[in-house]
Amino acid sequence: MTRDPCERCEELLQDYLDRTLTDQEWAEAEVHLAACDYCRRRYRFEESLRRYVRLTAEERMPPGLMAKLQELRGLDATA
Amino acid sequence: MSEPEPAAEARRIASRERDRVRFEEEALALADQVYRVARRLVGSREEAEDLVQETYARAFRSWDSFTPGTNLRAWLLRILTNLNVDRGRRVQRTPPTQPLEETDYYLANKVASAAGEEALEQDVVVERLSQDAVVKALSELPPQFREAVVLVDIGDFTYQDAAQILDVPIGTVMSRLHRGRRALKRKLAEEALP
Repeated sequence: MTRDPCERCEELLQDYLDRTLTDQEWAEAEVHLAACDYCRRRYRFEESLRRYVRLTAEERMPPGLMAKLQELRGLDATA
Repeated sequence: MSEPEPAAEARRIASRERDRVRFEEEALALADQVYRVARRLVGSREEAEDLVQETYARAFRSWDSFTPGTNLRAWLLRILTNLNVDRGRRVQRTPPTQPLEETDYYLANKVASAAGEEALEQDVVVERLSQDAVVKALSELPPQFREAVVLVDIGDFTYQDAAQILDVPIGTVMSRLHRGRRALKRKLAEEALP
């Protein structure tokens, strides 16, 4: 294979983070990440970025919304 | 001998009522998670609140069509994303043709040239991007990309669940998700690392 291994790693990385790679692809990524500082750093970065994006949504419901939802109970189209 | 009709009917009604109450309790226990997804799908807190209320009103009305034992959170989110489309919040049905997104490493490379290769391994580096920048970048994604990113990366849905919620093939979810993540990174790079 003549492809740049870092390009290949970049291609696998999002699915690696999603844990959706096949066993063979996963092993391929692992082997490369263990040996390549360039890609390992980018893996760490992508991982923190995912966490950070998730954090932006750590917002609880506004107070009062639950009470409004509770009031909706008992609606029943077939009753 | 069959029991008298009215007694059987009363028992049937009572049992149905118990099922309904259980459904409502289970649905309400998920309200925070449903709100969180709604909040990132629409522009304002008020819109998110409205959308969640409409979702629960519809869910409570049609609770009978939920199959117990299946994924209730996905069922609720399917109602929510459909209502969101109906309300015309999702303006375009297909993402506009966009310039080809940058590569997956685009943002990381920008950060590395601004702060050094080693910085990529420090969690603080993403904190250089403000939360506001992330929220803004998410809100500017084409709606179909945003739905995929919000459901999978914020709502923690599997590709499969997201495909069911959005009623599209799983390959479509994956492609929107990948393109959405890239577009998000490009926007972050533009805004936070000019």
